[in-house]
Amino acid sequence: MLQQTKSKKGPFLALVLAAALLILTVVLENTLNPNTNIMLFTTLKKGAVYALVAVSMNLLNGFTGLFSLGQAGFMLLGAYTYAIFTIPVADRESVYYIYNGSAVNFSLPDLFGGADTVPGLILGVLIALILAGCVAAAVAWLIGLPVLRLKSDYLAIATLGFGEIIRAIFQWDALGPVTNGANALKNFPTFSSFNITNASGQVVLRLSTFAAFFIAAVCIAIIVLLINSSYGRAFKAIREDEIAAEAMGINLARHKRLSFCISSFFAGVGGAMFAMFANQAQARTFTTAMTYEILLIVVIGGIGSVSGSCIAAFLYVAASEWWLRFLDAETTIGAFKVPFLRNGFRMVVFSIIIMIVVLFFRRGLMGDKELFDLFRPRRKKKEASK
Amino acid sequence: MQYAVSILLSGVSLGGQYALIAIGYTMVYGILRLINFAHGDVFMVAGLIMVYLSAALPLPVAAPLMIILTVALGFLIERAAYKPLRSAPRMSVMISAIGVSYLLQNTATYVTGGLPQMYPSLPFLSENITILGTSTKWVTIVTPFLVVALVVVLTQLINHTKVGMAMRAVAKDFETSQLMGIKINSVISVTFIIGSLLAAVGSMLYFTNYSSIVPLSGTLPGLRAFVAAVFGGIGSIPGAVVGAFLIGICESIIKGSPWSIFSDAFTFALLIVILVVKPTGLFGEKATDKV
Amino acid sequence: MKKFLALALSGALALTALAGCGGGSAGTPAPESTTSGGAATGGENTVYIGVFEPATGDSGAGGKQEMLGMQYANSETPTVDIGGTTYNVQLVYADNGSDPAKAPTAAAELVGQGVSLVLGSYGSGVSIAAGPIFGDAGLAAIGVTCTNPQVTAGNDYYFRICFLDPFQGTVLANFATEKFSAQKAYLLGELGNDYDQGLMNYFEQAFTAAGGTVVKDSFPQNTSDFSTYLNKAASEGCDVIFCPVSIAYSTQIVKLAADTGLTIPILGSDTLDSNMVLEAAAGSDVQLYVSTFYQEGGSPEFDEGIKAFINGDSTNLTNNGGNDTIAAVTAMGYDAYYVALEALKAAGSTDPAAVKAALPSVTYTGVSGAIAFDEIGDAIRDTAYIKVADTANGVWALETVQTVSE
Repeated sequence: MLQQTKSKKGPFLALVLAAALLILTVVLENTLNPNTNIMLFTTLKKGAVYALVAVSMNLLNGFTGLFSLGQAGFMLLGAYTYAIFTIPVADRESVYYIYNGSAVNFSLPDLFGGADTVPGLILGVLIALILAGCVAAAVAWLIGLPVLRLKSDYLAIATLGFGEIIRAIFQWDALGPVTNGANALKNFPTFSSFNITNASGQVVLRLSTFAAFFIAAVCIAIIVLLINSSYGRAFKAIREDEIAAEAMGINLARHKRLSFCISSFFAGVGGAMFAMFANQAQARTFTTAMTYEILLIVVIGGIGSVSGSCIAAFLYVAASEWWLRFLDAETTIGAFKVPFLRNGFRMVVFSIIIMIVVLFFRRGLMGDKELFDLFRPRRKKKEASK
Repeated sequence: MQYAVSILLSGVSLGGQYALIAIGYTMVYGILRLINFAHGDVFMVAGLIMVYLSAALPLPVAAPLMIILTVALGFLIERAAYKPLRSAPRMSVMISAIGVSYLLQNTATYVTGGLPQMYPSLPFLSENITILGTSTKWVTIVTPFLVVALVVVLTQLINHTKVGMAMRAVAKDFETSQLMGIKINSVISVTFIIGSLLAAVGSMLYFTNYSSIVPLSGTLPGLRAFVAAVFGGIGSIPGAVVGAFLIGICESIIKGSPWSIFSDAFTFALLIVILVVKPTGLFGEKATDKV
Repeated sequence: MKKFLALALSGALALTALAGCGGGSAGTPAPESTTSGGAATGGENTVYIGVFEPATGDSGAGGKQEMLGMQYANSETPTVDIGGTTYNVQLVYADNGSDPAKAPTAAAELVGQGVSLVLGSYGSGVSIAAGPIFGDAGLAAIGVTCTNPQVTAGNDYYFRICFLDPFQGTVLANFATEKFSAQKAYLLGELGNDYDQGLMNYFEQAFTAAGGTVVKDSFPQNTSDFSTYLNKAASEGCDVIFCPVSIAYSTQIVKLAADTGLTIPILGSDTLDSNMVLEAAAGSDVQLYVSTFYQEGGSPEFDEGIKAFINGDSTNLTNNGGNDTIAAVTAMGYDAYYVALEALKAAGSTDPAAVKAALPSVTYTGVSGAIAFDEIGDAIRDTAYIKVADTANGVWALETVQTVSE
């Protein structure tokens, strides 16, 4: 359903909403007690990361109709690229302690004066994030050469396989001086590095959640602009009917490759952000299960809806890691012991919820509509009834 | 020499177990065009059911009951998670399969409390035998013969019975066979029943060999079996069996080489090469829409 | 209809944020999860100790055994005197799922519950991932059996009461050369697992320094076929097999070795000190040696108490793997709880900052030996117990006590 007449209000509203959200995160983070509300901020940060990755997957699965399951692999590439280029030189000895130091002996924040200084942090992180995306995109281009010729579930299983191969390569001992083998990479700038501290180390202004939201928002905005460009329309045409799209003069191979690379670029940035969130980068985190999680977010949000993916990402993270956590603890109300509640029950309930969404709300929260479309269809219906 | 024999033996027995899972994949794919991601988890659940049943019941009762329960599970999954989506796009069904797989794994984690479960040792199958100086279990020897026997029965069933004919018709053309009066739903149910039955038998052989079950036990064998099914040409039962044995033996050889950490990577690399070079696999039908 | 659903759900997060505003001023924590055995819920004087352990995932079995020790200690000593007032101690649990990706939220959960300090975890990866979260919140954490050097290195807030991988790897390598005069060792670990790979690395260093050679192999996650690896060890003519892998894998490896009548001795790290592994070896000729923190019999009083605790509750019995053999991690969990109480007493307050400040100078003599911290926050320990599996009786027997002077 291509929307030919786009209201001019949409993008403007989106911008205002995004700005309001960003301001809200800063205000919330600085007014609330950081310890008692830490779940809120952790959820928000992880949600922002997952939102970006989900949107990047949606670009591929929802807008171009390429069913790829390689997202975790590209996130891994991004996370490692980011970490390798930002670990301070001084810490490399201790992080790569098994390999007696790293083979990469420079660090981007250090080049600009160190991660403690403002230009060092911002420029270093920014360049490292872009590099992370570029590496993921470059690998995607290479993988795309053979794989993009495949269709639907074959493409899915092939990209899934690539994710596993990439993981094995990064865990390979022989590459240890670069990837640190099985050990986690750590000590790089994280979201918390963006908190502004005074001379005595007291936090004056908390910007960690803002940093996560800002990076995610900028990336998602770029993806939205792309979707609304002529490229985006070409992608949607491919999704609807490949043969018709080709007949319209759309170069299938080129556009598929473009979509695959762009999606991987943002998955790479998302992976780098995930490393910033998790305070470490370790290959064993980026499993197929992670790809499935992101896929489920996309489905819950609605395949083909950017705002749906964003909302679903926050809901998914909050539900699975926060709201439902009480299900994991054995609880007694008075003398009555609530049955079933023990470790693991949270995930059972959660997967049942997911199955219900998949089976009965097949279009997800938003279908292929955006948040702003929700305010319009009523008028449209009236017009149609006339 | 002794080492070579041991690698070959372990490869053949792995291959046999993969084959039993791969048949389930290939039959479901042939008919529904669905990669049943939950199939590997059904295999894992079959193992768990056996663990719990054998704790309460004597083995001769527990084993058939386990097979019946697994078949019921496979049937139930199809009815609950795939049937409502029959008219939906293929992607939705596949997502539903992923959801089922997620559910089965999480439920297994909950029930077992995340603790690895030891598979009961079965009489005869668990006993040791020495071949050419290599010690192994009887199950290793039995597996390939059992697989071949099952495949012969299965091909007879598909080629010479009414249900089999219906299955072939549905695989060829979903809509037309419906018009011809074939009850699609019962044919699909039969497919899932056969697939789960083989997964149950496969789990018995597999876990007798490798004894310990964790909720993720089914994932890797499942994926490898799928690769085997693609390798042999999806939709073709003999193809899946040949593919499974080849994959099993390759895996063993790589594990025995200095490149053992790439044993999984190799399986997937093989998959990609096959898909790109010869998407129909070794024995697949020619006309497909895979590329 | 659906759009209302969408809007309602998307509003839910915002609402929670607002709810957070209200809760923010209220300061006092209110943990929802209360499981501590028998702690009377009277009085407001309650101090919360966070338990950051895996209850699911690869290390779930070990995490549960470690928690048993803490729960037993908590049932034994449910109160503590802090600055003249008696406080009830309540354990607050967060399952980190053995997954570094889930560890930050589990850690945040504990921080949000307002605990005074944290115990855990079994497994180093999750501790490394959670370290900065505890650090940012100013919360001290006592690692119980996380042996990777990276847990405490560069983190002022992480302490630990167990020995480290370099020590353990060296101990086992020395044991291999001394006991078996081993010349060639086969090292087997999980690919991408920092615990396995780290220990293999230190074992290799010490073993090759003593003039031996090693063959190294790694298996991918969720492998279940180990026969090729064991056959390879035999065909390479290795004298010992060293497999520092998690309980789930080690039961399979040991079971396979037992079934096939492998004659090469197997050396394991502290993870293999589990009755599940022991059960897998039962009744066979497999030679299994593990290095560990505690040997049953080290403190008869503790042994008796914990056995009664485990046998007294079917859930505890299941969590301990179905029998009452004491795992070293249980003893460590028990000691960790008392170290935490000592820290609270020394701090004279339940304030996390005061506890953190008091912790470095805390000393305690527990069932697993004397505990004191060095300047990095690591326990000062120079002893490891090496146990051998008595497969005929299904118990661990003490082989030797190994020390390394550094």
